[in-house]
Amino acid sequence: MRLFDHAAATPMRESVREALAAAEPLANPASTHREGQRARAVLEDARERLAATLGAHPTEVILTSGGTESINLALKGAWWAARERAGAGQQPGAIVVPVAEHHATLDAVEWLERQGAQLRWVGVDAHAVTDHEAFAAALAGEPAASVAGASGGTASMAPASVATMLVASNELGSLQPIEPVADASARAGVPLHLDAVGAFGHLPLRFADTGASLMSVASHKLGGPHGVGALVVRRDARLHALHHGGGQQRGLRSGTQDALGASLFALAAEEAMAELAGESARLRELTGAILAAVAPLPGVRVLAAEQRLPHIAHLVVEGAQGESLQFLLDEAGFAVSNGSACSAGVARESHVVRACGVTGAAPLRLSLGRTTTRADVDALIGALPAAIGRARAL
Amino acid sequence: MLAAMSGGVDSAVAAARAVDAGHEVVGVHLALSRMPGTLRTGSRGCCTVEDAMDARRVADRLGIPFYVWDFSERFHDDVVQDFVDEYAAGRTPNPCLRCNEKIKFEALLDRAIGLGFDRVVTGHYARVEQAPAGPELHRAADWAKDQSYVLGVLTAAQLVHCWFPLAATPTKAEVRAEAAERGFLLAQKPDSHDICFIPDGDTRGFLAERLGADPGEIVDRDGNAVGTHEGVHGYTVGQRRGLSLGVPSPDGRPRFVLEVKPSTRQLVVGPKEALAVSRLAGTRISHAGAPHPALVDGLDVEVQIRAHADPVPAHARMIGEELVIDATEPLTGVATGQSAVLYLGTRVLGQVTIDRTVAADELVRADAAGGREATP
Repeated sequence: MRLFDHAAATPMRESVREALAAAEPLANPASTHREGQRARAVLEDARERLAATLGAHPTEVILTSGGTESINLALKGAWWAARERAGAGQQPGAIVVPVAEHHATLDAVEWLERQGAQLRWVGVDAHAVTDHEAFAAALAGEPAASVAGASGGTASMAPASVATMLVASNELGSLQPIEPVADASARAGVPLHLDAVGAFGHLPLRFADTGASLMSVASHKLGGPHGVGALVVRRDARLHALHHGGGQQRGLRSGTQDALGASLFALAAEEAMAELAGESARLRELTGAILAAVAPLPGVRVLAAEQRLPHIAHLVVEGAQGESLQFLLDEAGFAVSNGSACSAGVARESHVVRACGVTGAAPLRLSLGRTTTRADVDALIGALPAAIGRARAL
Repeated sequence: MLAAMSGGVDSAVAAARAVDAGHEVVGVHLALSRMPGTLRTGSRGCCTVEDAMDARRVADRLGIPFYVWDFSERFHDDVVQDFVDEYAAGRTPNPCLRCNEKIKFEALLDRAIGLGFDRVVTGHYARVEQAPAGPELHRAADWAKDQSYVLGVLTAAQLVHCWFPLAATPTKAEVRAEAAERGFLLAQKPDSHDICFIPDGDTRGFLAERLGADPGEIVDRDGNAVGTHEGVHGYTVGQRRGLSLGVPSPDGRPRFVLEVKPSTRQLVVGPKEALAVSRLAGTRISHAGAPHPALVDGLDVEVQIRAHADPVPAHARMIGEELVIDATEPLTGVATGQSAVLYLGTRVLGQVTIDRTVAADELVRADAAGGREATP
């Protein structure tokens, strides 16, 4: 099987697997005895190394169970804190959110909306790139023509309480306008959360330089274990916790800390950052070759922006069923993604593709990683025209 | 082969037998509900998260690839909407039959063939014989579980791509035992019944929600008003319960729905014996295999009008475009919209969707008067 779904989870690095196999039992890092101290040292060592790869201070790194938890902690935590500050009977500022975010973000803010939050949706262009001017307008509460489907109308013109945006589209790979959005957020005094789950390890990114207050990352996207992630929380960010208990990690994330998971995440992140320059150039060339090969095929459209994640080649196929296309490629030995699935396993229509103004087309996300070879890509380029043609003929 | 896996016992064992027979098998679960996130309650409902998971776990044990394919739009349009439209038109559809016709053995089968599969394997209790003259559909060995009725609508082109590995299984108990032996956790899962897209079993409520209230008169066979109703779509021929009749019947005996007339929003009611139907006719005919040549001039067959009704000896012949079936003994509870499936021994000849029926007493009167047939 040739894996073209590294963006879902990339195989664990050899060094990480070796470290996992060689792992010795660890005590609870919160225990005060010597065994506990040893575990605590492993944990804090990992946090410091991870912080270094993130361009953050170790105190700012809150370890979580992955990207979804990090995003939920960031958005719910920030909005709950804003609600408390607003005081009883007062409406906290709205949440500013682009329409083409990951489901972890969309479902979290829509849940908050049912708890009384106001949402201000920001549109994207045909490449799923967020309209940063509309974003800036939404932060300040100015009515903007391009603020799509703002729920709750334009009644509240108060500044937002929290804003969020992807670093890069997790489906198309299009890079998002971080700089203008972060500048506007800083000017408006609105804490900005960056969803870097799919981007961390794939482009140069230093939390301290972004100007964001919060940033979510996950280990399995860069060759670490599944079930480990982090939320970077700037010291001045005000958050409420999702989990209450022992008060670990600044009281923001109670629960026994996973020292081993943290150390494996740190190891994977260090390796990813060390090989970043070479790998991004190599993968950009390979994904470029795929896109150049399929773009001329009938019914194929490439939606991603010029500035994109190096390891993702995304296309849509008009007049085809994503299920059929995926089946044909799976059968031919290529593991690809045709979009996210619900709990029953049904592929959902991509809201990102729809936000780009495309409907009735099958999305195909081909994502590469460090195990992808030129031979894999050549084989895929050889197989795609037939699979696409056959899926369109059904 | 593509094994359609509902998450039930039958399709799990059917898939397992296909694997055992040495075929290359891929499992597919059809997501039919537009809200596939719901959990199962009791034996009702299908297409739930649990069903998808149960099917997936069987595929895991069998070591076959498994996919969930979304046919919810097709299912909604071709089965659910058809069900609602048919009731609105005063007919009584069989959604399971429609699902087999339009979804499992059309939408799914077409996609399967297009993707390079030879056959679709399901857990239906029926037998397909791939005879030289074309495929034949037969009843299953276990007549109590026989599902040939709901497959009666399949055509030769569809049957040639079907395989039902449970055809020869003597009893359902044996299938459960086999599932348990194979280590399938779903071995003791209850049989699904009722209509899968009406999980609470309240068909009338389901229809009322979609069709709204449309009150009208209830009349007797002579046209006298005897009551009112909230919409003809809530009623089926042969129904007795749920009729609010202000005027008692002359003889005090219970009355039944004899006819549903959406055009005048009327329900016709009458005594039980008036339900007896001797003649069925319709123009929407399908042949389960090569058409039987004798059907044109007349053939002695058996007719079955519901999934679990007993077959009744009958004479079937073509009159113009219409297939006319005269039963040798009166049938009760026959509604337009139902399928009359014709059998010759164990073999299914095909079916006709019933467009009109002729009551036993009317037919007797018409024949005595020398007319060919009474106008219903």
